[in-house]
Parts: sequence; structure tokens; C-alpha cells
Amino acid sequence: MAKQTAIEKEGKIIEALSNAMFRVELDNGHIIIAHISGKMRMHYIRILPGDKVRVEMSPYDLTKGRISFRYK
Amino acid sequence: MIKLKTEEEIELLRENALLVSKTLAEVGKHVAPGVTTLELNSIAETFIRDHGAVPAFLGYNGFPYALCMSVNDVVVHGFASDYHLQEGDIVSVDCGTILKGFYGDSAYTFPVGKVSEETAKLLEVTKESLYRGISMAVAGNRIGDISNAIQTYIESFGFSAVREMVGHGIGKRLHESPDVPNYGRKGDGKKLVEGMVICIEPMINAGTKSIFMHDDGWTVSTVDRKKSAHFELTVAIKKGKPDILSTFEFIEQQ
Repeated sequence: MAKQTAIEKEGKIIEALSNAMFRVELDNGHIIIAHISGKMRMHYIRILPGDKVRVEMSPYDLTKGRISFRYK
Repeated sequence: MIKLKTEEEIELLRENALLVSKTLAEVGKHVAPGVTTLELNSIAETFIRDHGAVPAFLGYNGFPYALCMSVNDVVVHGFASDYHLQEGDIVSVDCGTILKGFYGDSAYTFPVGKVSEETAKLLEVTKESLYRGISMAVAGNRIGDISNAIQTYIESFGFSAVREMVGHGIGKRLHESPDVPNYGRKGDGKKLVEGMVICIEPMINAGTKSIFMHDDGWTVSTVDRKKSAHFELTVAIKKGKPDILSTFEFIEQQ
């Protein structure tokens, strides 16, 4: 039986929450809460509502994610 | 964390792997047009239980059947159903066992009756890519070498490798570290050490690599509805030469 890896999806930031968390609308319409990856914090990559981002998700909790990339 | 296995543990895994291989051969005997996947599922379950083992997938994270039966455009984790196999279909049978505390896991894609030339090519290439991947599975190489061998081979035929599903380590649990993707760069990923036991399983699509999950939370299909093949073998990492624990011999000598 094949193992499922973290799912990578693309989405758009719709709202900035506290603690570097964001509400992200995925391309498939789902709305999830995502935090910024540690590496992005280290490099002070700023994210604003409206930005397109790449989100990693675990197949076990589809309501939360991790922002791994901000597109220009 | 990757758990390394001792010689004895590898022998237990081999016992499991051989039982799975025999189960697949038993199922293969019955694959024919008109048979339902549900019937094949119960044949396998009886066969596994008769040999003193337990089907590993039954109840794994809530999976309801002993086999994953993935027909045509279903990539993996399809449910058995009362669908009657048709001439020209392909059905991927993925089987797992628990025997003496260890797991076995293997898969084979059977053609039903006579299949089109294109489909036969897909099966042949996928199986060959698995063996090419295995040939890289020796101590000192890296996971990426296996992944790259599979990817370059199948892409030269215009097929594509599924990204979201990967192979895995196996032992006292069905899915262990490390992940073994079917795409990647040479020299990437974890180093292979003697004592690791991994399942290499290329899932190859005839068309696009994109897949989607059905509402049942398990069945995974190709987006363009083209066919997808899936072969899987368990390999123990040794120095010099890979030690393939499961085998397709039982299936192919029929």
C-alpha cells in the first residue's frame, strides 16, 4: 500500500491572523489556517493578504497547513 | 527514524513477502473477464488466513478490504466492489499481510484478457522501471538514485510518475521511514545502509501525473482518466547487490 506524502497545494492569503498565521484559500476553494515555515521567518519574507503562496498539508489534518513559498 | 533490521528480522520479512507473492499469484489465477473485484478480495483473504496470517490492509487507518483493487484509471487504494472486470481492463492488486509481528506488502498489475498495445506497453515499462529502481538499491547509494532511475526510464516513454504517493520502509509497521518517491534527483535523499528494508512501488500514469482523491477518502484516480499501473516489491538493502524479498515468479510461471 502506497504511503501518502504531505500534499502541496497553492492558494491565496485572505486574512492575516496573529502569531504569523494566515487564513488561506486554496485553489480548490477550501479555506485553511496556515503558519509560515521557520525558514521563511528567518529570512523575513513578508506575506500580505492577496499573495499567492504554496502550502504543505498533511493528509491527516486538512484544516491546517504550512506556508512554504510566497510567489512574487 | 529509520529502523535497521537484523538478519533474523529480514528472514521474517521475507516469509511475509513470499506469502504476499503467493497470494498475488492465487489472485492472478482468477483474474478474468466477468469476475468481480469483491470475489478476488475474498479469495485473497481466505488464502492469507489459511496460511496463518492476517490481511494487513483490513482496518489499516480504516481501510475496509484485504486488497487494494485499482481498476484502470484508479492509481492505488481502490475498493473492491461488484464491478465485473471487462476484457481490456487492467487491475492493480495490492496485498499486505501480518505474520509473526512483521508486515509484507507487494503489488502487481494484471491485464484482464487481451489489452491494447498501449496498455501492455504501460505495464511492461512500469515493471521494468521497478527493476531499474531496485538495481540502484544497494548500500552506499541514496534514495534519490532509486527515484531517478525510475523517473528517467518511464519519462523516456512519455509516461509520468505520481508525486503524492510514495514507497516506504517496512518492518513492524506497514509504513516506516524512509519515503521512497518515484521521482527525484540522483544523489538526493537518505543514504541506503545495510539492514534497511524498503518497498519500491512505481505508480505510473499513461497521461498526466495529476491525481485526485474520491470522496471515500481512499480511492485515488488520474485526473485525465487515463490508465495507471502499479508494481511493488520489497527489497532489503545489502552490500553489493539488492536482496529482493518478494517475487513475481509465482505469478509469471502460470
